[in-house]
Amino acid sequence: MHAPDGFLQPSVALVTAILSIGVLALGLRHAGRELGDRQVPLAGVAAAFIFAAQMVNFPVAAGTTGHLLGGALAAVLLGPWVGMLVVSVVVIVQALLFADGGLTALGYNTLNMAIVTAFGGWAAFLLVRKIMPRTSGGVIGAGALAAGVSVVLSAAAFSIEWLFGASAPVAFDTVFGAMVGVHVLIGVGEAVLTGLVLSAVMASRPDLVIGASYLTSEELAVRSRVGMRPFLIGSVFAAVVVGVVISQFAASSPDGLERVAIDNGFAESATDHAFGSSLFSDYATAGVSNESLSLAVAGVAGIAVTLLVGGGVLSASRSVRRRQMV
Amino acid sequence: MPASSVVVRDLRFRYPGEHHDALHGLSIEVAEGERVAVLGPNGSGKTTFVMHLNGLLAMQSGEIRIGDLPVVEDNLREVRRVVGAVFQDADDQLFMSTVREDVAFGPANLGISGSELDELVERTLKRVGADGYADRNPHHLSGGEKRRVAIATVLSMDPHVLILDEPTSGLDPAGRRELIDLLSGLAQTQLIVTHDLPLALQLCARSVIVSGGKVVADAPTVELLSDVELLAQHRLELPMGFDPSRL
Amino acid sequence: MSGAHGSTVLRIFIPGDSQIHRLSPETKLVAVVAAVIVMAVTPRQEVVAFALYAVGAWSVIALSGIGVRTYLKRLAVIIPFILFAVIVPFLSGGESVQVVGVSLSVDGLWATWNILVKAGLGATMSIALSATTPVAELLHGMTRLRVPRLLVAIIAFMLRYIDVLVEQLGRMRRSMVARGHDPRWLWQIKPIASSAGALFVRSYERGERVHQAMLARGYSGVMPVVNDRHASTREWLSVMAYPFMFAVVLVVVV
Repeated sequence: MHAPDGFLQPSVALVTAILSIGVLALGLRHAGRELGDRQVPLAGVAAAFIFAAQMVNFPVAAGTTGHLLGGALAAVLLGPWVGMLVVSVVVIVQALLFADGGLTALGYNTLNMAIVTAFGGWAAFLLVRKIMPRTSGGVIGAGALAAGVSVVLSAAAFSIEWLFGASAPVAFDTVFGAMVGVHVLIGVGEAVLTGLVLSAVMASRPDLVIGASYLTSEELAVRSRVGMRPFLIGSVFAAVVVGVVISQFAASSPDGLERVAIDNGFAESATDHAFGSSLFSDYATAGVSNESLSLAVAGVAGIAVTLLVGGGVLSASRSVRRRQMV
Repeated sequence: MPASSVVVRDLRFRYPGEHHDALHGLSIEVAEGERVAVLGPNGSGKTTFVMHLNGLLAMQSGEIRIGDLPVVEDNLREVRRVVGAVFQDADDQLFMSTVREDVAFGPANLGISGSELDELVERTLKRVGADGYADRNPHHLSGGEKRRVAIATVLSMDPHVLILDEPTSGLDPAGRRELIDLLSGLAQTQLIVTHDLPLALQLCARSVIVSGGKVVADAPTVELLSDVELLAQHRLELPMGFDPSRL
Repeated sequence: MSGAHGSTVLRIFIPGDSQIHRLSPETKLVAVVAAVIVMAVTPRQEVVAFALYAVGAWSVIALSGIGVRTYLKRLAVIIPFILFAVIVPFLSGGESVQVVGVSLSVDGLWATWNILVKAGLGATMSIALSATTPVAELLHGMTRLRVPRLLVAIIAFMLRYIDVLVEQLGRMRRSMVARGHDPRWLWQIKPIASSAGALFVRSYERGERVHQAMLARGYSGVMPVVNDRHASTREWLSVMAYPFMFAVVLVVVV
């Protein structure tokens, strides 16, 4: 998902860049308060860890492989602020040194891959943690589910940006359906990997896992073992359910893609898109027969992402304050 | 070349959450410019002890003086200037992107800058036989080079006391010899924590054995290493066929 | 991304003595970002402008002497988006053209071109920057451009330790393979995931040891500035001529 230059309209690039810079600045402040003068070495080495972990190829099936994205993992291990900061640094370095993701796309890439995954993942983690047993198994399960959710949120965030700044005449609900659908599958992988990595850390140094700091040492000692197969079957089942629900959205306008009346010819200058008066990109809505449905999907997705990410930011700020008082 | 004495009295320390002392009334006195080997089995408290000398671990009870300077919270800045610590894993010590920045890190924190800093870096690198390395990335250095540059990173702060944690671990024979040449040419007071008993014999006239959190033996190195029973008691062994009395 | 063997970070810079190599890092960084921005806001139908940009971008690659092979290998990072771009004309509606009997959306084809040309040129300029600037220099350049020192320091530490961690990971991996571990399916990944978990613990502990090593050398929370050489105004002017040419192309052609 390291989008290249020009993938979304300049206006979206600019707005997301400003947003990301703001959150990053806040992140540096918060992380500084949490880690003190350990911030530079710990965040730096943790970023190196996320980068290295993304290079590990995991077998999926019959020779195909996947890899970890790490946004939610970083949040559960290091707390949302430090986690967000660390993954942002990884995204920046990938663009700057590896040409992986465009320089002008850094705004939305950072937003989607670091900010949304860390805070959205953290909010999902806190929600799931409430219904999980207060054991290290509960933390691992909540972390795994949050990781899966974070990947889907990231895809949803991208689709919403597409609504405002599409660069191709592909309708929002096509993009949304495809992105979220594919990322539900990726999310299953992310959930499994995150759960396993978390469980390895919990087994040796549970004190390093910020997401487990609410447990007492007695609760940590309870190690309920979940088998690999039930865990996998459960995740796949969850993914299928989510996938079916989402495909209903996308399928409800099946002929939308064919019956298109593009009211703006291609000759229309793209500068119009860049600085155009319409809030939504013409592309993202024009390609759909039922514009209100498209906007409804966008609205629901937008509210969900905003709630979770916003909730994550809020609870993150609160938990910092609590930690400081202790 | 300045050197300071080191006086440690009745040092006690317990890690949070542990049920026994890591240091159990450790005392030692080291004269100005003396080189002392600190020997002992794993987990005996050697590293915990030396981490107190520059205040990386806050003292819980006891007293430490570096020359006239007591090691207390208020003095930490000055203590860390006069006590240079060379860590076991050089990759922990060389954390900057170039050798130059690493050697400059300490003096820059002391407020030295500009051409004075550049000259200091060049001079220090020459001293450890690493001239011309300034622009290299630490990751590209060999084990022996890393160790010498790591020593340069503390020498550039003009310390009076050097603490070296397992300085020869992971070095090939030539790298080890070069390191010994370097250390024997330095005038600073040195405390060398090591499992390498021949190294102790070559560099240090005096050795102490730390075990169970205190000094259990303190004698000329030749004497200590000849006492096979004492060594065995503290899980120390000389290399096969090595006879300290014949050196 | 690069494989798990050998150095990843240190191979990005390709040593050389070209004119591009000799430019100061901060001017190069600003010039590249400015040129990419101009390129990214250029309307997609301005084919002539993109052709001129391509000449500009490829001349830098040629001048830098990094070699066509290396350049193309690094350009491969944009392949996933080429795939996306290629399917766009099939997904899009509007006025269509018949290509070998297949109906393709004209607007979609323009979109494909837009993604391809911008992704390709943007990546080309990033590659020219990172291949001709040593990582340490690039970081100094960022500091001189007033990027928050804290952020630069975190990036610097990350880059310093990536290779150390990748090597640790490689050693764990080899020890698993040496004991006959050859996972093919998702339910066999536990050992790999455990090694990733172990890597986190080791990384964190490494971070704590590095922190102590920093404290031992007088660190008090502020990274010292070691290198404060600034680029001359003349150099700034000559380097900024590059994005300026891009901007001229944009204004003249559009």
